[in-house]
Amino acid sequence: MPVDPSLLGRTYPPSRPYEVGREKIREFADALGDDHPAYRDPEAAKALGYPDVLAPLTFPIVFALDAAMAVLRDLGIDLARVVHGDQTFRYARPLRPGDRLLTTVEVTGVKALAGNDVLTVECVSATEEGEHVVTSVCTLVHRGAE
Amino acid sequence: MSAPTWAGVEKGTALPSQTFTFRRGDLVRYAGASGDFNVIHWNDRIAAEVGLPNVLAHGMLTMGTVARVVTDWAGDPGAVTEYGVRFTRPVPVPDDSALDGSGGGSTVEVSAEVTDKLEDNLVKVTIKATYDGATVLAKAIAIVRLP
Repeated sequence: MPVDPSLLGRTYPPSRPYEVGREKIREFADALGDDHPAYRDPEAAKALGYPDVLAPLTFPIVFALDAAMAVLRDLGIDLARVVHGDQTFRYARPLRPGDRLLTTVEVTGVKALAGNDVLTVECVSATEEGEHVVTSVCTLVHRGAE
Repeated sequence: MSAPTWAGVEKGTALPSQTFTFRRGDLVRYAGASGDFNVIHWNDRIAAEVGLPNVLAHGMLTMGTVARVVTDWAGDPGAVTEYGVRFTRPVPVPDDSALDGSGGGSTVEVSAEVTDKLEDNLVKVTIKATYDGATVLAKAIAIVRLP
């Protein structure tokens, strides 16, 4: 099913805010096997110049991928046929506990490639006060029927 | 090794290489932490049914783990202003560990080097990650601000 090219530029407003939690950061760092103290010990983070512990680089995927998937659900695409093609994060600053982030989703690329639909989805996450924190860009490859 | 400085690195400066081993238990733990419960990351039967060689590591687990080559080198994980990868080849993870979770697993070898010096004390680091001799992440780039 070719994806409609008019999808380009479509935006999805944020749903409820995602609140970054101290223990979620610890759990995520544990799952990566990353023992850097700045993810767990506020004093270690302060020594690096941050107000509190920081989240690992790929932590935003916890809320960004789900936000991007909203596009696929909207299109009625079978998620089992979707492959994560690439992923980029651009950080204004590290995420920290207590951040309440609203993520706005925009479809910034739609193309057909070798029978697959390739969607580029940009997720811009800002605090409720409007401070931009991170932009997550992913491409999702929807594999065409065999 | 002391933390790198912008003045102290040049194009071609190599970062310390590391290897990371993924076992089935790591995938289960990452699924829980990330909320990505796609069955191809834990269910042998369905992985086989959809034609995969084995259960696969989450691409985002590979991306997140491999980043340590950069953050361990910089010393400050918050020094990375941009991080991106392309997932070129999945990492199959067999169910071959002992009862206590040790042994077996799939090992990814990671190297990286400074490939450009940019303005504002930024450097571009290009990461190479391979499993079984094949590249698993392409265009794997981190932009890092050094003191």
